[in-house]
Amino acid sequence: MDFELTKEQTMIQKMVREFAENVIKPRAIEIDKEALFPLDIFEQMGELGILGIPFPETYGGSGGDTLSYAIAVEEVGRVCGSTGLSFAATVSLGASPIYYFGTEKQKETFLRPMAEGRALGSFGLTEPNAGSDAGGTKTTAVEDGDDYIINGEKCFITNASFAKTIIVTAVTGKNNRGKNIISAIIVPTDTKGLTVTSNYDKMGVRGSDTAEIVLDNVRVPKDNLLGDPQKGFSQFLYTLDGGRISIAALGLGIAQGSLEKALSYAKERKQFGKPISNFQAIQFKLADMAMEVELARNIVYKAAWLKDHDKPFSKEAAYAKLYATETAFRAANQAVQVHGGYGYMREYEVERYLRDAKLLEIGEGTSEVQRMVIARQLGC
Amino acid sequence: MNIYVLLKRTFDTEEKIVVSDGRIEDESAEYIINPYDEYAVEEAIKQRDEHGGEVTVVTVGDEESEKQLRTALAMGADKAVLINTEDDVEDGDQYTTAKILESFFEDKEADLILAGNVAIDEASGQVGPRLAESLGINYVTTITALEIDGESANIDKDVEGDVEKIETALPVLVTCQQGLNEPRYPSLPGIMKAKKKPLEELEIDDLDLDEDDVEAKTETIDIFLPPEKEAGKVLEGEIDDQVKELISLLKNDAKVL
Ligand SMILES: Cc1cc2nc3c(=O)[nH]c(=O)nc-3n(C[C@H](O)[C@H](O)[C@H](O)COP(=O)(O)OP(=O)(O)OC[C@H]3O[C@@H](n4cnc5c(N)ncnc54)[C@H](O)[C@@H]3O)c2cc1C
Ligand SMILES: Cc1cc2nc3c(=O)[nH]c(=O)nc-3n(C[C@H](O)[C@H](O)[C@H](O)COP(=O)(O)OP(=O)(O)OC[C@H]3O[C@@H](n4cnc5c(N)ncnc54)[C@H](O)[C@@H]3O)c2cc1C
Repeated sequence: MDFELTKEQTMIQKMVREFAENVIKPRAIEIDKEALFPLDIFEQMGELGILGIPFPETYGGSGGDTLSYAIAVEEVGRVCGSTGLSFAATVSLGASPIYYFGTEKQKETFLRPMAEGRALGSFGLTEPNAGSDAGGTKTTAVEDGDDYIINGEKCFITNASFAKTIIVTAVTGKNNRGKNIISAIIVPTDTKGLTVTSNYDKMGVRGSDTAEIVLDNVRVPKDNLLGDPQKGFSQFLYTLDGGRISIAALGLGIAQGSLEKALSYAKERKQFGKPISNFQAIQFKLADMAMEVELARNIVYKAAWLKDHDKPFSKEAAYAKLYATETAFRAANQAVQVHGGYGYMREYEVERYLRDAKLLEIGEGTSEVQRMVIARQLGC
Repeated sequence: MNIYVLLKRTFDTEEKIVVSDGRIEDESAEYIINPYDEYAVEEAIKQRDEHGGEVTVVTVGDEESEKQLRTALAMGADKAVLINTEDDVEDGDQYTTAKILESFFEDKEADLILAGNVAIDEASGQVGPRLAESLGINYVTTITALEIDGESANIDKDVEGDVEKIETALPVLVTCQQGLNEPRYPSLPGIMKAKKKPLEELEIDDLDLDEDDVEAKTETIDIFLPPEKEAGKVLEGEIDDQVKELISLLKNDAKVL
C-alpha cells in the first residue's frame, strides 16, 4: 500500500489550487449570482492543459492519469461548484467517450480540440421522459445512405450552449430480442437542425451551462457513430462509471471547502464570550465533517487509482459518487449551520456550496441509482 | 545563450513561523520556490525563448529541494542541478552558499545568471552579488526590466521606487525584483515533461570543496519573533480634541514629531 501522491500529482494539485484560488475564487459569487458561464476561465484552463489532463500527448492531452484529473476537479470544486461541474462534464462526458471508443479519425477531429483545451464538449443522454431510465431513450437515428438522420429532444445537458460537439444517444434499431439498440453519435453543434436553448433557472451550479436540445432532422455522416454500433448502451455505462469519479471528486472539493470555511469561521466567531469552536456541539460537527471528507477522499482516490490500473472500478466509482456527494451535502449544510444567520447570506458562500452540492446527488445518476448499481454489483 | 538561475527553497509565505528553543520549527511547514526566484525563472525562460540557448536552475539545498527544482522544470527550464549539502554543511550562511556556487560556476560558461532580489526567509540579498564578485563578472541588483542585444544588456533597476537605466556587457548576474514579470503557472504538459528532464545531484565533494572551505563566516546568536502588535487606540470626543490628543500622543508617546 502507498497513500503518497507522486511528484507530478502533487505539482498538479498545487498548480490547480493556485489557479483556482487566484483566478476562479474571486469570481465565484458573481458566477453564481449572475448565472454567467465563465468562458474566459475555461480558455485559461485550456491553455494550461487542465482540460486535457487524462488524455495522452498524442491526442493533444497533458498525459496525466485519472487520479491527477480527480485532484484537479477537487481543487476547482473547492472554490466553485459551477466551474467544477462544467470542467468535469467536458472532460468525462464530452471528451472521454471519444478517447475510449472513437476511431483514430474521430480522435483527431473531435478529441484533439478538447484535449488541447480549445473546445468544450457535451454528452446528451437525458430526455424529458428518460432520466434515470436511460434505456427509455426516444431520440432516433435513422440510416439514410451514408448519413444518420437524428430526431428527438434532450434536456439538462451541461455545456451544450458552449460546446463544439455533443455526443447524442439515440435508438438506431432493434436487436434480435426486439429491444432497442441505443448508440452514441457525435454531433457537431453547428449542424443544421440542431437547436440549443439554455433558459433553466437553476437552484445551484448556476454558472454551469445547462441546456435543452432539439434535434430536427439533424444529418450527420455515419462515420460519426461512436464505437460499436451494437454496444452503445454498455459504452455509455462505462462512460458514466468514469464520470462518476469526477462528480465524486467535485463533491469532495465542495465538502473540503465547506469544512475549511466552517472551521475558520468557528474559530473567529465569538458568542457567550468564547469562540464557538470551543463549544462541544460545534466541535462534534467539525469532527464529523473532517472525518467524512477524509473518507470521501480515500474512496474517490481509490476509484481513480483502480481505473488507472485497469482494474474493475464500477462499484467503487458508485461508492465514491454516492458517498462523496452526500458528504458534500451534509458538510455544506453543517457549514451553513455553523455560520448561523451569516451562513444564510450569499456573501459567506456556504449557502452556495449547499445549493451546488444538491445537484451532485442528482446528476450523473441519482443517489438512488448509485445504490441500485451497488446492489447489482452485490448480486441482488 | 547559457542561462542559469539561482533558486532557493523557502517557507511558504502563508506559513506561520513558530520559534522554539531558539530555532524555527520547520517540521510541518509548507515550502515554495522563493517568490523572487520565481521572477528569475520566468525571466530566464523568456530570454531563452527570445534568444535561444538553455536554462539551468541551480539550488544549494537538500533532497527536499528537488520539488522546487521540478516545479521550475515544469515552468519550462531545461535542466536542474541540486547541490545537496545535507550531510556536509550544518549551519551555512550566505558566504557558504556563494562559495559553493563559485566552485560550481568555475567551469561553466554562463552568459546570464539570474537570482532573486532577496530570499524571503533570511532576506540578506547577498548571494547573487557575492557570487558575481567572486566570478569577476558584472552584476545589477533589483532589476525590473531586461533587454539583451548581442553582448550588451539594457537593464531597468529599481532604486527605492525610481528607475535607473543601466547598460552593461554580458556575462552579467542580475537579481530580480517584483514587477519584472508575471511568473507563469507550470502548465500540465510542463509538469508531465518535468520528470523526464535532467536533474543532476552534486555534493560539495564533487566540487572539490570540504566542510572547512565553506564554513559560515557568521554566527546566529538568537532567533526571536517581533513583539506582538498591541491593540490600536480609538480616539473619542470632539474632532478638535481628537486632533489635539493625536498630536500630543505623536509628540510625547510615539516621539515621532
Ligand atoms: C444541472 C444538471 C446538469 C445535468 N447534466 C447532464 C448532462 O450533461 N447530460 C445528461 O445526459 N444529463 C444531464 N443531467 C440530467 C441528470 O443526469 C438527470 O436529471 C438524472 O439522471 C435524473 O433523471 P431525472 O431528472 O429524469 O429524474 P428521474 O429519473 O425522474 O428521477 C426522479 C426520482 O426518482 C428516483 N428514481 C428513478 N428511478 C428509480 C428507481 N428505479 N428506483 C428508485 N428510485 C428511482 C430518482 O432517484 C429520483 O429521486 C443534468 C441534470 C442537471 C440538473
Ligand atoms: C432570514 C433571517 C431572518 C432573521 N430574522 C430575525 C428577526 O426578525 N429578529 C432578530 O432578532 N433576529 C433575526 N434573525 C437572526 C437569527 O435569530 C440569528 O441569526 C440566530 O439567532 C443565530 O445567531 P447568529 O446568526 O448570530 O449565529 P451564532 O449565534 O453566531 O451561531 C453560530 C453557530 O454557533 C452555534 N452556537 C452558538 N452558541 C453556542 C453554544 N453556546 N453552544 C453550542 N453551539 C452554539 C449556533 O447554534 C450556530 O450553529 C434572522 C436571521 C435570518 C437569517
